[in-house]
Amino acid sequence: MLPYLFKRMIQTLVTLSFLVVATFFLLRLAPGGPFDGEKVWPAEIQANIEAKYGLNKPLYQQFFGWSRDLLHGDLRESFHYIGTPVTEIIHDAIPASFQLGGWALLISLIFGLLLGILSAWKRGSLLDFSSMFIAVSGITLPTYLIATLLVLLFSNYLGWLPPALWEDKKSMILPIVTLCLRPLAIIARMTRTTLLEVLHADYIRTAYSKGLKDSTVLFKHALRNALIPVVTLLGPITASLITGSYVVETIFQIPGLGQYFVTSVIDRDYPLVMGMTLTYGLILILCNLFVDLTYGLIDPRVRLENTR
Amino acid sequence: MMKRFLKDKRFIISAGTLLILCIAAVFASFIAPYAYDAVSVGPNLSPPIKGFWMGTDVLGRDLFSRILFGARLSLAVGFCTAIFALVLGTITGAVAGYFGGKWDRVLMGIVDVFFIFPMLLLAILLTLLLGRGFFGIFLAIGMTTWVTQARLVRALVLQARELPYVEAGRAIGLTHFEVIFKHIVPNLLGPMIVSLTFQIPNNILTESFLSFVGLGLQPPYSSWGTLANEGFRGIQSYPHLMIFPGLALFITMIAFHFLGDSLRDILDPKSSIGSHTGQ
Repeated sequence: MLPYLFKRMIQTLVTLSFLVVATFFLLRLAPGGPFDGEKVWPAEIQANIEAKYGLNKPLYQQFFGWSRDLLHGDLRESFHYIGTPVTEIIHDAIPASFQLGGWALLISLIFGLLLGILSAWKRGSLLDFSSMFIAVSGITLPTYLIATLLVLLFSNYLGWLPPALWEDKKSMILPIVTLCLRPLAIIARMTRTTLLEVLHADYIRTAYSKGLKDSTVLFKHALRNALIPVVTLLGPITASLITGSYVVETIFQIPGLGQYFVTSVIDRDYPLVMGMTLTYGLILILCNLFVDLTYGLIDPRVRLENTR
Repeated sequence: MMKRFLKDKRFIISAGTLLILCIAAVFASFIAPYAYDAVSVGPNLSPPIKGFWMGTDVLGRDLFSRILFGARLSLAVGFCTAIFALVLGTITGAVAGYFGGKWDRVLMGIVDVFFIFPMLLLAILLTLLLGRGFFGIFLAIGMTTWVTQARLVRALVLQARELPYVEAGRAIGLTHFEVIFKHIVPNLLGPMIVSLTFQIPNNILTESFLSFVGLGLQPPYSSWGTLANEGFRGIQSYPHLMIFPGLALFITMIAFHFLGDSLRDILDPKSSIGSHTGQ
């Protein structure tokens, strides 16, 4: 276990540094700079600003300077939000994003599994059809469309829920529902497919013929095997939650990480972009690691040393 | 084989819908009553009325015509990126899976980097570098989706390379290249086509998402995502401007979805795993 974790840590560091280097240089290759506005500065002032932020040095020196600061836990100050350290911006934005993403993940897991199990158990029933209809629309409808339709229905016409912001519990319902619909649909479909396959297996017939109760067979024998492919989905699902959260945070005006994602690149706010890249990269890597570890727990045949 | 296709109702309905959509997209200039950029052909911001059965937008352009031309862009982006991902992913995955060892570690290491690269960030960076034309979008989506394909093909090749026909191929003196691309890959076409039918709608959705965010194709070209984005601004007063593009997207997605499902049952009865990534 420990050597495996150590190996994974090194792998993680390598992947993360590739990500950081690629982002850093791709960003600099893009035309335009952080201080090119509508207003044209006199050349001396432009030079002064660039000197202050170290933008006049050769690119590789800038990169090493930035990396040195990173190792000291300093992500520098944002160019756009002048004087605000990037760590502070991320620190302030993380709670809302984590609440949103965490609740969405939790709810999609619970209801996705529930819908998947129920529709596999009662295959061909009305329940099966309706939950698979929900699942298909969840996968096929774009997030922004779901958000708009929900806001139109629940805020505009019915007036039950606030259409935006992230303040009280009531205002959190719509964003969370919007965000969790797609992962929920994916999980429900996957659970249904794999459970149906498992239920045909010989050992399930054996379990029945031993006279076990339906629920025992389902939960103790079938589900455990059916869950394996579902667990592997958690990695991609986290990725989809992250991009989804950008849309949801924008539409619902939630003060989370998502809002900085696009604007920081468009503003050429180099330190902020790097900070966001690191944050997202870390989240994704940790989730994948978590998935690999749980995979070994659920399926004892998988030996961690052999997985990549 | 043909019989199995024709017996499956899902296949007939979804493939028929997609065929109609593709024909409509290709012959958009003949079918559409107006050009996509013809302004003031009707009243401004009219809800669906006779003659403009999907209504008109803020410049008096016919929404139906714009959606028809939008189908061109949306479908083209979806198909091209999926095929790009298929080719690149197949080569990478097949080589990594077949040779194993160092090749596998290096290639899959690259795949891993792309896998954790936030799709949105890569898309933004690429569109900044290459401009917001077709090529920028194409590369942005293609570069973020080929890794799924590479992983799928690698897993399939890992199984296939232990089979007797591979050994037999080597024994009669075929080169590795011939074994991989003339024998293994054609044998994997079933699962690959199935994953393609999941990849195409995912990519269409991604393009519409990028356009919705404002990173997509520039006007006057308008994909369904761009149209939905324009409609989103006036959603309260003129819901038809968002609902029709959304509906077009939804129908396409559903059709692809059922096409994928039925193809999986027909071509690849054993596997149950399609593509599950995407935004």
